[in-house]
Amino acid sequence: MTTTKTFNQRDLIFKKGIALNAIGIVVLLAVIFVTILFSSRESISEFGLGFVFSQNWDPIGLNFGALPFIVGTMLTSILALLISLPFSLAIALLLGEYSPKGKFTGFVRSMIELMAGVPSVIFGFWGLYYLVPHIRNLQMALGILPYGVGIFASSVILAIMIIPYSSSVAREVITMVPRSLKEAAYSLGSTRFEVITKVVLPYARSGIIAGILLSLGRAIGETMAVTMLIGNNNEIPKDIFAPANTMASVIANEFAEAQAGLHMSSLFEIGLLLFIISIVINLIGRLVIHSINKSGGK
Amino acid sequence: MTNKLSIELDPRQIRRRKVLNTLFSATIMILSILSIIPLFLILTHIVKEGFSAIKPEFLVSLPKPVGEPGGGIANALVGTIMLISIATILALPVGIGAGLFLAEHPKSKMGELVRLSVEVLQGIPSIVIGLIVYMICVKPIGNFSALSGGIALAIMMLPFIVRTTEETLKLIPTTLKEASLALGAPYYHTILQVILPAGLNGIITGVLVSIARIAGETAPLLFTAFGNPFMNMNPLKPIATLPHLIFTYAISPYDDWHALAWGAAIILLAFILLLNFGARMVAGKFGMDHSA
Repeated sequence: MTTTKTFNQRDLIFKKGIALNAIGIVVLLAVIFVTILFSSRESISEFGLGFVFSQNWDPIGLNFGALPFIVGTMLTSILALLISLPFSLAIALLLGEYSPKGKFTGFVRSMIELMAGVPSVIFGFWGLYYLVPHIRNLQMALGILPYGVGIFASSVILAIMIIPYSSSVAREVITMVPRSLKEAAYSLGSTRFEVITKVVLPYARSGIIAGILLSLGRAIGETMAVTMLIGNNNEIPKDIFAPANTMASVIANEFAEAQAGLHMSSLFEIGLLLFIISIVINLIGRLVIHSINKSGGK
Repeated sequence: MTNKLSIELDPRQIRRRKVLNTLFSATIMILSILSIIPLFLILTHIVKEGFSAIKPEFLVSLPKPVGEPGGGIANALVGTIMLISIATILALPVGIGAGLFLAEHPKSKMGELVRLSVEVLQGIPSIVIGLIVYMICVKPIGNFSALSGGIALAIMMLPFIVRTTEETLKLIPTTLKEASLALGAPYYHTILQVILPAGLNGIITGVLVSIARIAGETAPLLFTAFGNPFMNMNPLKPIATLPHLIFTYAISPYDDWHALAWGAAIILLAFILLLNFGARMVAGKFGMDHSA
């Protein structure tokens, strides 16, 4: 009897221990949120809602507004998505529909996986010494100021970096399209192109959108490559070639040298905004994926 | 009358559809090939620029000041290894525990909350994690430190470990657990001696993949580990890491430092590839065990 009792006690301790780890994760998230909220309190109480709409960024006059960085983040990420979309869709269709098995597909798949593993700082390094000179030539040909670095350079690098993410979600959903639907379309005499555009893509639509949302979340929070290529300019960019700053890059550039007080607190508030935006986008994307997984397709 | 039943087949239209189909297939192929070209450009560029820097002394000596040729990245190698060790030690027990909890209580309210928290954690931008660790670790200690860098990386690793543990344990047949419990083994014994060993390969794979993911992270280290041009073994002092060294040397104006950074990029990429390869080897074994 005594041994069973100790076993029971040990079981209880063990179960509590496991639950403690799980609770620890919830607590960690709460600590993260409270810390960042607490650290931005000075800036929140000083500037209020105006912080989001003001385009001043003046560390000497202690007047701060996040608009240039919000605009910079949105411009770079959306441009990156637009650039990457045809490529990631093509890869998703190749791997999911055209030839899920086969040597060439296997090769493309491992290369894409490899690409997902390349660290952001290496993308940025390469972008700085390979891509930027090319972009500078392009700008000279177009007759605009040849900065090289700027929104456009960052978007191109971001586009390359998010291809693995957006294509992998899209591929998964495309492979989930029921065979019977496709066969029905083929038996009616459709070509492969027609099956893809009229059956596969409409069926996989929500999954493709989820993939786009998840890669948008990544692009918004991406720091190193963008910091190296964006040109570090705290003004609202006038065109897509202009140097700018994103929310992540301004934190990376200024935080280490920021004076404690309003400057640091404003950078924290930018971090808070970044945190909220990426979490909302991520959660919507995951929600869509969950509902697809539950319904087994559409 | 019969004409209406048969479908009109205009040969020109058929040809048009066929051409369109071929064009579409070709576009898919071309776009796919175009998307992997940047990878080749990056790899060849890194090897071309960095290969000359890699000599035996590159791995064991410290960076030299500007103007002196040679030098190495020993401090950053030590730093990266130390940070990864700290992060793994911190994240592994909590991650496996929480993953176990999720696998054991998949439908409970608490389980849902934990799962949501893991998803939110995974979505936090890495630079924001750097900011938070600065507040909760760097500021109280008073200086940048290897420990704070390790904590930042641990937070980044945690969601991956939880998810892979949960997914692996879910695949283990319940009969295994039931058999153990039916033999009279207590619950904790069943988990520790039956369930976890059965999922060991899957968990190891997850850990290797998550190490590969954090090994190249730079943003969370900017205000935590900070970087250090000298050798440091003290976890409470600032420390150099491979990705951070690449960043600082890459944006410096000196060619000598660029060469060092390219060399460091080769080492970092090779390390990440090795980890991924190792993960795949372990995962392959795992798959075979299951079919057997």
